[in-house]
Amino acid sequence: MDLQAPDNLAGAGSRHAMPSHLRRLEAESIEIMREVVAELKHPVMLYSIGKDSSVMLHLAVKAFYPAPPPFPLLHIDTTWKFRDMIAFRDATARRLGVKLIVHVNREGLAAGMHPLTSGSAPYTRVMKTEALKQALDQFGFDAAFGGARRDEEKSRAKERIFSFRSRGHAWDPRNQRPELWNLFNTRINEGESIRVFPLSNWTELDVWQYIRSENIAVVPLYFAAERPVVERDGAWIMVDDDRLPLRPGERPQLRRVRFRTLGCYPLTAAIESQAASIDDIIAELQTARTSERQGRLIDTDEVASMEKKKREGYF
Amino acid sequence: MHTPAAARRQHEHECDLLRFITAGSVDDGKSTLIGRLLHDSRILYDDQLRALAEDSRRHGTAGEAIDFALLVDGLEAEREQGITIDVAYRFFTTGRRAFIVADTPGHEHYTRNMATGASNAELAVILVDARKGVLVQTRRHSLICALLGIHHVILAVNKIDLVDFSQATFDRIVGDYAAFAAQLGFTAVIPIPISARFGDNVVNRSGNMPWYRGPSLIECLETIPVEADAAVEKPLRFPVQWVNRLNSDFRGYAGTVASGRIQVGDTVVVATTGHSSRVKEIVTGDGPLAAGPGAAITVTLTDEIDVCRGDILVSPTARPEVSDQFAAHVIWMDNEPLMPGRSYLARLATKTTPITVTAIKYRIDPNSREHLAAPTLGLNDIAFCNLATAAPIAFDPYEANRRTGSFIIIDRSSNRTLGAGMIAFGLRRGANVHWQRLLLGKRQRAALKRQQPAIVWFTGLSGAGKSTIADLVEQRLHAMGHHTMLLDGDNVRHGLSRDLGFTEADRVENIRRAGEVAKLMVEGGLIVLCSFISPYRAEREMVRGLVAEGEFVEVFVDTPIDECIRRDPKGLYAKAMDGRIKNFTGVDAPYQAPPAPEIHLRTVGTSPEQMAESVVAQLIRKNIVPRA
Repeated sequence: MDLQAPDNLAGAGSRHAMPSHLRRLEAESIEIMREVVAELKHPVMLYSIGKDSSVMLHLAVKAFYPAPPPFPLLHIDTTWKFRDMIAFRDATARRLGVKLIVHVNREGLAAGMHPLTSGSAPYTRVMKTEALKQALDQFGFDAAFGGARRDEEKSRAKERIFSFRSRGHAWDPRNQRPELWNLFNTRINEGESIRVFPLSNWTELDVWQYIRSENIAVVPLYFAAERPVVERDGAWIMVDDDRLPLRPGERPQLRRVRFRTLGCYPLTAAIESQAASIDDIIAELQTARTSERQGRLIDTDEVASMEKKKREGYF
Repeated sequence: MHTPAAARRQHEHECDLLRFITAGSVDDGKSTLIGRLLHDSRILYDDQLRALAEDSRRHGTAGEAIDFALLVDGLEAEREQGITIDVAYRFFTTGRRAFIVADTPGHEHYTRNMATGASNAELAVILVDARKGVLVQTRRHSLICALLGIHHVILAVNKIDLVDFSQATFDRIVGDYAAFAAQLGFTAVIPIPISARFGDNVVNRSGNMPWYRGPSLIECLETIPVEADAAVEKPLRFPVQWVNRLNSDFRGYAGTVASGRIQVGDTVVVATTGHSSRVKEIVTGDGPLAAGPGAAITVTLTDEIDVCRGDILVSPTARPEVSDQFAAHVIWMDNEPLMPGRSYLARLATKTTPITVTAIKYRIDPNSREHLAAPTLGLNDIAFCNLATAAPIAFDPYEANRRTGSFIIIDRSSNRTLGAGMIAFGLRRGANVHWQRLLLGKRQRAALKRQQPAIVWFTGLSGAGKSTIADLVEQRLHAMGHHTMLLDGDNVRHGLSRDLGFTEADRVENIRRAGEVAKLMVEGGLIVLCSFISPYRAEREMVRGLVAEGEFVEVFVDTPIDECIRRDPKGLYAKAMDGRIKNFTGVDAPYQAPPAPEIHLRTVGTSPEQMAESVVAQLIRKNIVPRA
């Protein structure tokens, strides 16, 4: 892949010149997004506020330029996201002038679903998977972009870029459509839908290098700072507000921490880190000994956990 | 410093990327090999290694030792059965090269997933179990790799430890494979003896085989020269993916450059229509002046010419072929067989078009590569076929251009991806038989008869009442002074389709003939009543596609099977249920009811005369016949 840019635009100024493999990944993602808009009636972009969503949204702005992205953003809010995430979400939607739909599973909340007391598996099913299905059905979306990458997890490594879902939003991993070349089969019948993963072939490092190269804003929680945390089962959990029930003997302490991945704050572990800039994060990743999703407690709550969630309709 | 993320992709400075697959028969050790590659390249994180040790105890097939296959067999069913079902993609870097590896399944049933992985690969590592030698799947996968344009093969003779690191065994397998692969046109086949389980010659060279002096697998992957993407040297192909209509002043054509270069000022031609214009701007967020293969861009043109999704903008001096017929290799990937004559959808570059296989020239035996006659194709069959599209399309031979020479075949009702094809060459048989332009057309012929020509297509089970109702409708139309013709399934089989039986393939051909005849009669301005069981939705849709919008009226004569059996006017159900007639619709052959017929007749409790009246009334409402 090959783009010749005038010196005063791409790759100039304070931005790092984009390496060729990133341009290749960028072009692949843009092609995927355009395909969805050309072929499906009512697409939506799942916006989870994290770094991958930031990259995906940036790519959408580029894909349809000079037109704005021709689809709304959908955030499935569990009401347990970090406060910084919600502030960032609202500021981003305002800045880009895109339509943002926020959906909460109110019945789940009314039934008392809680990230710590309900158990992480039922909580995730009700407040994320069920909530997502409710929103997709309510608005009649026939395609939903997600920021998942194949390098994140074993079952994600197996999923197609265009992942077909039956009427009940279920994924059948044993019977996926063959996906040859760049010829994506986008055809569906009434009530069926497609989940689309434009970042399938990106790695965590690619995402950060692209963020640096394109100067993309991300939630401040990714950068190391003194934050109040408690050590729980070997993980640093941030006390983001007074809703976190403290166990006997737990006293919040200030630690210099950051997050590699962002979810519901009681279920997302921080890492101790000095990385306060994107350059620091990239340097830290290159010496890391643990994987990105290690901090996501919901991934390991049962055997073949992610695949099971995905079959039920989780992203 | 060698740490997982650094090795996963170290592209602070540029290094080239190699996409490869592992292929070969089930149990030859493909997943184990990739797991071993990742492990010995030290690119796994501590928590992943801990999870692997835990998984190996639970699901492993290597006793107490680590089962590396579990690193890539990510689906629950795969871990339970110890086989690979679907392709997994892994990303890693050794510092000398970045790799995307697709671990593909060896099981014959999942060949379509192997082809999925191979379609974007530049190199294949084909594994052979040293104890078993070259198997049918080894040959099938090699053939698919060759057809998909993979030129480089590493022949990894695995489990060499189980044959005592025997050079004689290795040499014999290499000889067997070379004899088979000689005709496949690979640029290079590099044989390496390995043990994926114990790591011999995977990353580190083995001390167990002093007779082998070649590179380890990873050394080979790092250094093998893969022809740099020559797509930039090829003529411009820019398939238009999406038209960006920001406002009335802006009309941008968004797409990805398939080959060649495009820059401001270049003359470009729409391949199918021949209309030309110049590139006014290349619009992206970054404002480039020129773009090459793989770039996702938006272009504007200086003239207002008709361009839409599916069109290809091309170089005026080196244009692609434009034809509605071509020959291609087809890999069939569905349990439903390929039926010549049946209407499918094809996706070629950004174009979706109806397509039929007009002839299966031959099927290729994956084992002997013999050419065999085949009336239909089954799951995993590979064949050379002639195909026809509904309208002329632009394409290149697959060898010349992967992106404009490949297509997939999609089922019209289930939307499943049924097969994949690689175009060999265009067929110009139709091109020299030009359409004779006639002064009179169907409009003039129909105007004289004061009617709109149409096909009124009665479908339903045998004994449903199709012919009875069609006959009554024709009588009424005739009495009203209209010009009609009735084609009846049974009568057509006495003449036009005398040579056909009742297999699925013959039924498809029968409907194709009837449809073409009905179309000629529509050209003649007639209202054509057709009464055919026509059990398959795809064929009815094919006939619908032969005539203009609104000229095909599907009438579903809906009689439940129990009622048809009770009536059994010709005694056929009794024979079918005794097994004296085979392939009888509703008994041992399927009937696919129309999901949205123009006219739906529920026959139980209504007389044929009432239903005929209702059909005529609806034809009046559709303005096919004027109000009396």
